[in-house]
Amino acid sequence: MNSFSSYSSLLIVLLSAALFSCSNPGVKTGGVLDMDNPSKVYVAPGEHDEFYAFMSGGFSGQIGVHGLPSGRLLRIIPVFSVDAEKGYGFNEETKPMLNTSFGFVPWDDSHHPELSQTNGETDGRWIFINGNNTPRVARIDLTTFETAEILEIPNSGGNHSSPFTTENTEYIVAGTRFSVPYPQKDVAISSYEENFKGMLTFIKVGDEGEMDIAFQILLPAFDYDLAHSGKGKSHGWTFFTTYNTEQKTTLLEVNASQNDKDFIAAINWKKAEEYISQGKFKEVPANYAHNVYDEKSHTATSTMKKSVKVLTPEDCPGLVYFLPTPKSPHGVDVDPTGEYIVGNGKLSADLTIHSFSKMLTAIENESFEKEIAGIPVIKFEEVVAGVVKDAGLGPLHTEFDAKGNAYTSFFITSEVVKWNVGTWEVLDRASTFYSVGHIMIPGGDSKKPQGKYLVALNKITKDRYLPTGPELCHSAQLYDISGDKMKLLLDFPTQGEPHYAQGISADRIKPNSKKFYPIEENEHPFRTMGEKESRVEREGNNVHVYMTTIRSHFAPDNIEGVKVGDKVYFHVTNLEQDWDVPHGFAMMGANNAELLIMPGQTETLLWEPKFEGVYPFYCSDFCSALHQEMQGYIRVSPKGSSVPLLWRLGEDEFES
Amino acid sequence: MQSDNVGKSMEMKNIIPRILMLMSGLLLVSLFFFPMWNITLYAPQYPGGVAMYIWINKISGDTPATLQNINILNHYVGMKYIVPESIPELKYFPYIIYGMIALAVLFSIINIRPLYLFWGLLMIALAVAGLYDFYLWEYDYGHNLDPKAPIKIPEASFQPPLIGKKHIVNFIATSYPALSGYLAGLSIPVAFAAWWFKGKK
Ligand SMILES: [Cu+2]
Repeated sequence: MNSFSSYSSLLIVLLSAALFSCSNPGVKTGGVLDMDNPSKVYVAPGEHDEFYAFMSGGFSGQIGVHGLPSGRLLRIIPVFSVDAEKGYGFNEETKPMLNTSFGFVPWDDSHHPELSQTNGETDGRWIFINGNNTPRVARIDLTTFETAEILEIPNSGGNHSSPFTTENTEYIVAGTRFSVPYPQKDVAISSYEENFKGMLTFIKVGDEGEMDIAFQILLPAFDYDLAHSGKGKSHGWTFFTTYNTEQKTTLLEVNASQNDKDFIAAINWKKAEEYISQGKFKEVPANYAHNVYDEKSHTATSTMKKSVKVLTPEDCPGLVYFLPTPKSPHGVDVDPTGEYIVGNGKLSADLTIHSFSKMLTAIENESFEKEIAGIPVIKFEEVVAGVVKDAGLGPLHTEFDAKGNAYTSFFITSEVVKWNVGTWEVLDRASTFYSVGHIMIPGGDSKKPQGKYLVALNKITKDRYLPTGPELCHSAQLYDISGDKMKLLLDFPTQGEPHYAQGISADRIKPNSKKFYPIEENEHPFRTMGEKESRVEREGNNVHVYMTTIRSHFAPDNIEGVKVGDKVYFHVTNLEQDWDVPHGFAMMGANNAELLIMPGQTETLLWEPKFEGVYPFYCSDFCSALHQEMQGYIRVSPKGSSVPLLWRLGEDEFES
Repeated sequence: MQSDNVGKSMEMKNIIPRILMLMSGLLLVSLFFFPMWNITLYAPQYPGGVAMYIWINKISGDTPATLQNINILNHYVGMKYIVPESIPELKYFPYIIYGMIALAVLFSIINIRPLYLFWGLLMIALAVAGLYDFYLWEYDYGHNLDPKAPIKIPEASFQPPLIGKKHIVNFIATSYPALSGYLAGLSIPVAFAAWWFKGKK
């Protein structure tokens, strides 16, 4: 290990010196000398940014929403991880969102946000994101910026090459990063080649966004890393990168880096649809959670699904082809025309670009070098369109502008390289600070890039900001790409570890953003449609508090007759109907979190009183001049006590 | 209008006042389709302003929740809740307007000159009475405060302006006629025009 890493650092130094003598390592800031730069990122107080940027949270499991060009953080959307601040995953309504076949999984690793598209253009309806750890995909509704749906992926060992939409959001995909025994069983890890499989999943997206697994494709046991669907002429195909075609299970940093070429798997999903309608699939038992949040009842439900349709390439000729691609490719990125498929061979100095039309010709002529598990491997020279030579080291990911240029991140050499699609000529390079992973141009993986800015999502921060101890926020950098030369404009910190991001012009989202939930549409089973209906009901040990909030009191705000051992459900309905007037509900000693209830919404906190006494609760969101007075008491009597259940608001007292 | 044809001129003299009188009645019909008065509160934290519309028969806001939001603001200083159901004027004003429309139709059939003048003067009297009534309501809301109000500001008046613009604590309140208010106002000069044409030689 040591010798390997020192070898690679030596290599980096040598290559940096040899190839990139123009980039001066002594210039630390990236040369912010251009006096126009501050005005380019300045968004005056009260003004809005031009773009939304959705950044995955990586190990935070969430999505961070930033404005561009300012870089300002606008919101964090809880997706795969509990978020105590918003009660997400803690209140009774959202707990089912995090249900899986493994039970409640309160955390995930969210990597790749992907906006929905219509005709290959981002349309601002939804954003999808993968959960890498316990394989899941989520859909976020962009009228509310709330997670609306989470679907678990069966037969997957880690959902990395996901969600990557087709051009009309017919499908999003979910390719497994880790191959696993299929079906899961107790086998020796060394039986990898024999027992393990890699599963690619196609998820149908309905008109209302609802997700459903259409089919899965059983592939050899490789690691499926990233994906992108074709567009325009290549619409109907989806491409997945692979690594570990060596099929190793230990010390992969060495053992999975031996082959000169791995593959890009090209999937003809229109063909898959034909095979499905011909019944050429196997209906295989499975167990996976489908969780849906209903905006009217403000409540999520989790349903376990029990089977999935699996296609096997041996039985389905023409469904899958392998395109040899150097070397452990990370991103696979399709240019806006749909003709070029860029393989970012992360252990290579070159970028390999395949041609979609050459691929079709090769398939027609059967120019195959071999077959693996019924999958033809197309001859490299019959599919490759060009190579960007010695562009840098460690290419990870490529995005496109609207002018026929591509931009590739190079992790090892810590830079973004601009090159021409077609001539494969390097046009410009810009340093990043430091070690860039993915990059993002608004619309940069769609048919219509919106250009103008590029964001580099960096893996290492070090000295870019005031130090905050050993752990630092990951840093993003904004570049102006409107001219011939990329210009570094801005550094800004992000939440978690953004892997990939999506950008979209604000006017595709802003007009549809909801301000509150109309109270008359509230269908929560425990809603309270006005203060007069507020009450407390006992059902055995369960006490249901039908509570309302409006500036600036709870109704009721005094409750007696609760006993140790009870389960008290506070169903709090926020009667407000004004933008940005949530109320909080914080209960002393609660073992979960607070509630943060949006206007028109009902949320439920479960509280299990442990000791007798009188305990306060209060509003935790500063709501008005009398917010500090928004408080109440609940009296807890011993088990078996005869204190009657009563509740009070001002002069009004009720007893059940 | 200065026609040489005497016959035609006589005809015009009969028809124009009738049409004008009907128009006055028609202008009042707008009161049932558009708000007649608008009060808007502006403050930095209410970027678009909070707009309340007074109709002949109801009170509305720029959103269904506006009235609730105004009431929430008002309760801090102890102002009464605005509950449209408890404002009797909203119930009987429509009948007065129905009456005025009926009179306009009747007078245009009868086509006697003093009746046109009478209608216009009656309408002025009603408008003055209506505005006075509006002032009394505003005065009551602005001064008749709950003694248990959480926030008491000595000497402060929360009464919105009858017409125009005024600072009320942290708000700027504007009060102006809205579309049907202007149209109903226009019915008065139109009625006088009927009177004038009828008297023209
Ligand atoms: Cu509150």
